[in-house]
Amino acid sequence: MTQLNDTTQPAVTDGWKVNSSLAMRRRLMDRLATVLSLCATAVALIALGSILFTLIIRGAGGLSLITFTHSTASPGLNGGLANAIVGSLIQTAASILIGAPIGMMCGIYLADYGRGWMASTTRFVSDMLLSAPSILIGLFIYELVVVPTGHFSGFAGSLALAILALPIVVRTTEDMLRLVPVSLREAGIGLGASKWRVILFICLRAARTGVLTGVLLAIARVAGETAPLLFTSLGNLDWSVSLARPMASLPVTIYQYAGSAFDDWVQLAWTGALLVTVGVLLINILVRVGFGRKGA
Amino acid sequence: MLEAGSRLNGDSFFRWLVTAAGVGVLLLLGGIILVMIGGGMKAFETFGPSFFTTSVWNPVTQHFGALAPVFGTIVTSLIGLVVAVPLAFGASFWLTQMAPARISFAVGMAVQLLAAVPSIIFGMWGFFVIVPLIARYVQPTLHHWFGHVPVIEALVAGAPFGTGLMTGGLILAVMIMPFVTAVMCDVFTSIPAVLKESGFGLGATRWEVMRNVILPWSRSAVVGSVVLGMGRAMGETMAVTFVIGNANKIGWSLFAPGNTIASLIALEFPESPAGSVKLSALMALGAILMGLSFIALAISRVLLGVSGKKEGR
Repeated sequence: MTQLNDTTQPAVTDGWKVNSSLAMRRRLMDRLATVLSLCATAVALIALGSILFTLIIRGAGGLSLITFTHSTASPGLNGGLANAIVGSLIQTAASILIGAPIGMMCGIYLADYGRGWMASTTRFVSDMLLSAPSILIGLFIYELVVVPTGHFSGFAGSLALAILALPIVVRTTEDMLRLVPVSLREAGIGLGASKWRVILFICLRAARTGVLTGVLLAIARVAGETAPLLFTSLGNLDWSVSLARPMASLPVTIYQYAGSAFDDWVQLAWTGALLVTVGVLLINILVRVGFGRKGA
Repeated sequence: MLEAGSRLNGDSFFRWLVTAAGVGVLLLLGGIILVMIGGGMKAFETFGPSFFTTSVWNPVTQHFGALAPVFGTIVTSLIGLVVAVPLAFGASFWLTQMAPARISFAVGMAVQLLAAVPSIIFGMWGFFVIVPLIARYVQPTLHHWFGHVPVIEALVAGAPFGTGLMTGGLILAVMIMPFVTAVMCDVFTSIPAVLKESGFGLGATRWEVMRNVILPWSRSAVVGSVVLGMGRAMGETMAVTFVIGNANKIGWSLFAPGNTIASLIALEFPESPAGSVKLSALMALGAILMGLSFIALAISRVLLGVSGKKEGR
């Protein structure tokens, strides 16, 4: 606020005139900031509106029972997206089963046990993973799992997605555990509970909304991921439920179909895009409305 | 209930377990870096330092250089940031300081939803909606206005494909803007009300409170959000792959087709047999991308004062 004081100095000598023009300028500046920030918000809303509008206009036409009951097929053969939908569900579920528990444990470590350079390194690395390009995770699993086993597999896809889910859960768990009041921990310790019980049954319980939010957000994130799956689960044009074999997924199917020359494939790509987006957005709405603003 | 003796064991076991998870995360990143560098070794050995300085990408002669995709990655990310950060700041300013609570909640949620849209959807939307807009209206208009102005002339030159660095950057901006907005909103709402109230008490306007109270107080977190957005922009694959045009060239024109590291990997990987120099070159590019993300995050940490704030809480 020092600048403000500096600029008001001449007012003492010049009287009201300077002062009021200064007030005018300040009010004008405030108005300008208001208008510009309103415009900025509008841009985001327009973008979201345009995306949803495009998805509904182009995607809704392909919504029929066949889409959900038939697997992908050659152009003109009335294929659906059943294998891709099931594949996406399987891989997402598997990735959360792998990633969420490890992420929670790591979050607990950071919030309650981590000290010194080791903890700050772990935190940095977790941040690193959070912003690590998802395509690199795909390459990593390709070299680590796909090359040694000799084939693409749903399991490899799930592993890649798990690595993407992990840091989200780590971060939310740590943040939420840190929000738990110390008095609550002290009360638990005071009752004679051991530290791990206090953490698991008191702190984690108190923070469960936030942690669940993290898990849901992780689900929403990995459900729409495409890049890491290109090199790991690859996609499958046939019915595929075995984690040991290449597995179809909605995002990869969308990617393959969107650029194709066949109208019915492009239609399916849009329908798949609509399904993925609606699913992901519903989870996010659930997180926002269901758990209130504080959750995220 | 556990006995006193086993309680100690339970505690140390739990401690061991969660520490192992922490170490596991460290090993994971170490593994990723090692695999990238190991996989790219062949390319580094074959081309030496020239891998970084050539922009050739020729599968026929088996000659590969990293310059063009690195250039594209940096340019698209910068375009994305330059467009997104002011928008994100404005939106979070409005959402947290001005909008009535109910509207703020609804609009804030809409912005959050935009952040949650999968990147491949941005890619499709960009390809079918933004690319035609750029090709038909934006570039011809800019070319008409600035086609004869020195310097800017070069930036808008080229045939109106619609795909290219600018389109990629704009899609990235739309993608990271809600992300950065969300983080900024969290930051701005977490400021103690007393600080703001004292600002208003001194007669400051909302903008002055934002400029002189909230921003200084939350500077580190704001920078953090911007850098996170940048990291995301650099590594973003699917959204860019649809609209970048896939040409390994370096030029002044922002509207010419280009490439980024991530989209090059996505596009060329299927034609790269295991063990080939090409695959190795892609892995080497992956290592470079990892390095770029790492540098961005490290810089942010330095700016943030080595996470001292978080430790102190």
